[in-house]
Amino acid sequence: MKNILAVAGVVIKELYRRKDFYVLFIVTILICVVMASINIYDDAHIVRYLKEISLLLIWLSSLVIAVTTPARQIPVERENRTLLPLLAKPLTRVQLIFGKFLGCWLVCGLALLCFYVFFGALSASREHHWPLLNYFQAAMLHWFMLGIIVAFTLLGSLVFAAPSSNSTICFVIIGGILFVGRHLDQVAMTLQAPVRTAVYCLYFAIPHLELFDVRDLVIHNWPTIPWAYFCLALLYAAFYMVVFLIAACLVFRRKAIN
Amino acid sequence: MTPPRTYFLLLVALLVFCFGLAAQLEPQFQLMRLNDDRQKWVVDLHGESKPVRFSRADGDIFNVVLGDSRRMFANSFYVKADEYYHSGYYPGMFDDNAAFQTAHMAEDTGAVNTKNHGDEHGFLGPTRNWIDAFGRHFFPDRHTHLDEGGPQDDLGGSQNVREILPWLKLSADLDPDNVQTYIVTAFWLRQRMNNVKEADAVLHEGLRNCPGSYDLFFELGRLYYESYHDRERARNVWEAGVQQWLKTYPKLNPEEQKDSRFVMEQLTTHLAKLEEDAGNLPKAINWLQAAQKVSETPDTIQVQVNRLKYKLGQEFTPLLKPLY
Repeated sequence: MKNILAVAGVVIKELYRRKDFYVLFIVTILICVVMASINIYDDAHIVRYLKEISLLLIWLSSLVIAVTTPARQIPVERENRTLLPLLAKPLTRVQLIFGKFLGCWLVCGLALLCFYVFFGALSASREHHWPLLNYFQAAMLHWFMLGIIVAFTLLGSLVFAAPSSNSTICFVIIGGILFVGRHLDQVAMTLQAPVRTAVYCLYFAIPHLELFDVRDLVIHNWPTIPWAYFCLALLYAAFYMVVFLIAACLVFRRKAIN
Repeated sequence: MTPPRTYFLLLVALLVFCFGLAAQLEPQFQLMRLNDDRQKWVVDLHGESKPVRFSRADGDIFNVVLGDSRRMFANSFYVKADEYYHSGYYPGMFDDNAAFQTAHMAEDTGAVNTKNHGDEHGFLGPTRNWIDAFGRHFFPDRHTHLDEGGPQDDLGGSQNVREILPWLKLSADLDPDNVQTYIVTAFWLRQRMNNVKEADAVLHEGLRNCPGSYDLFFELGRLYYESYHDRERARNVWEAGVQQWLKTYPKLNPEEQKDSRFVMEQLTTHLAKLEEDAGNLPKAINWLQAAQKVSETPDTIQVQVNRLKYKLGQEFTPLLKPLY
């Protein structure tokens, strides 16, 4: 565990050395401030459009961080020829994968913390109330979803040749799941027999990332999600994280380091 | 190894292609929706059968940047406003949207003919599998309207209907020719926000962009009558609306005629009410009889006509004074 935490610590240090997060955070703030300054029929209490734009930017920024950070971890180590000395130390390949994953996931968590504090402050400035439990649920579900993405991208970084191709493929798959994942079973029903079965199997096999998108509930002030379902969703995410991490470990075990 | 720039350029090319295709198709859909006369006019204008090309040189930033595609975005933002009206509970492209053909926020203004049918509460249908059943706990799953309190069912919070306004404003900016956007905006500004001044400004802006729109005349008349209590101006505006309708009606296609008859019925029944309140009962009866000609429920209006005729008879019957 100590080794895993050490590797994770290095990844977190990398976050505040790189400019990605700062740029995304400042751009989000700037866009939200500009949108907030728009006068809409002299009504200063209109807030939901602002919450929607803000959450959309938070989602986009977090996806960028969750894909690009793990995508470059192992390829960069290999490119810089630091992977071999790293594994020469008392650090197993499994520990390295888990360390990288934990670091990237914590990086996403830290970024989300900043983003959601800003979001809470922004909406409180107009709504004059702070539904903390709703924000907590939204942020936690978001973070766990990013965990799946981090694990998946880490696996991709071992399969695909370059970080850029890995990132592109991951973005396409994540976008596809978020937009049509929920309706794949309906799509399957319109297809002919062999393809239908394949699409239907895909529907049950893919991680349903759209489950974790509770932005509409937060934007429109719906009540909190029942806690039992909330916990089940976190378990669902944890299951897929473990599956992708095990797959990554299996791939990395057979991978040539040089 | 394929350089990363290739992937990036491919994505950009795909994006540009999709955007261009959508921008190309949208005016053609607009043309399909236009009535025959106007199509002919457009075709004559261009000398050949081409999609409608609206002017981009109006100096408007949206026109310059987005061109014809702005109508596509305007429609999306209008739907977005209706989605906000339902606090996020709205059918997607894979759901049954028969009950959402006409935006509910427009339907509830009473100025728009509805095309909705089916179950608005259960467009999601029965749960299809465990993932679907589980997923329904993570998005809005109950039909509510913002003006009725939204998800909290708190009627005191009906002012939350203000949340639809940014999207309507954006939609009106992108597509200034869409009359419904002005009507819906003005109605909710007036009814729930008590912002009559802004509602008035919105309707006048609508009339500047769509001169002679009887829908806008109807809503403006309602504003004068119900909010300013200015009977004379309301009468003038509604009568102008009727004149405009009489001019436009023969040129419309059957589907548009059906929608416009609803507006005419509204105009005439409101004029009848106005005249009744003013004590001009013969005029009120005339307007009701005009309403009967366009109404889908003439019997209901006949009841009102009979009531007014009875009232009129009472006024002109000399009072029988007792001899002793």
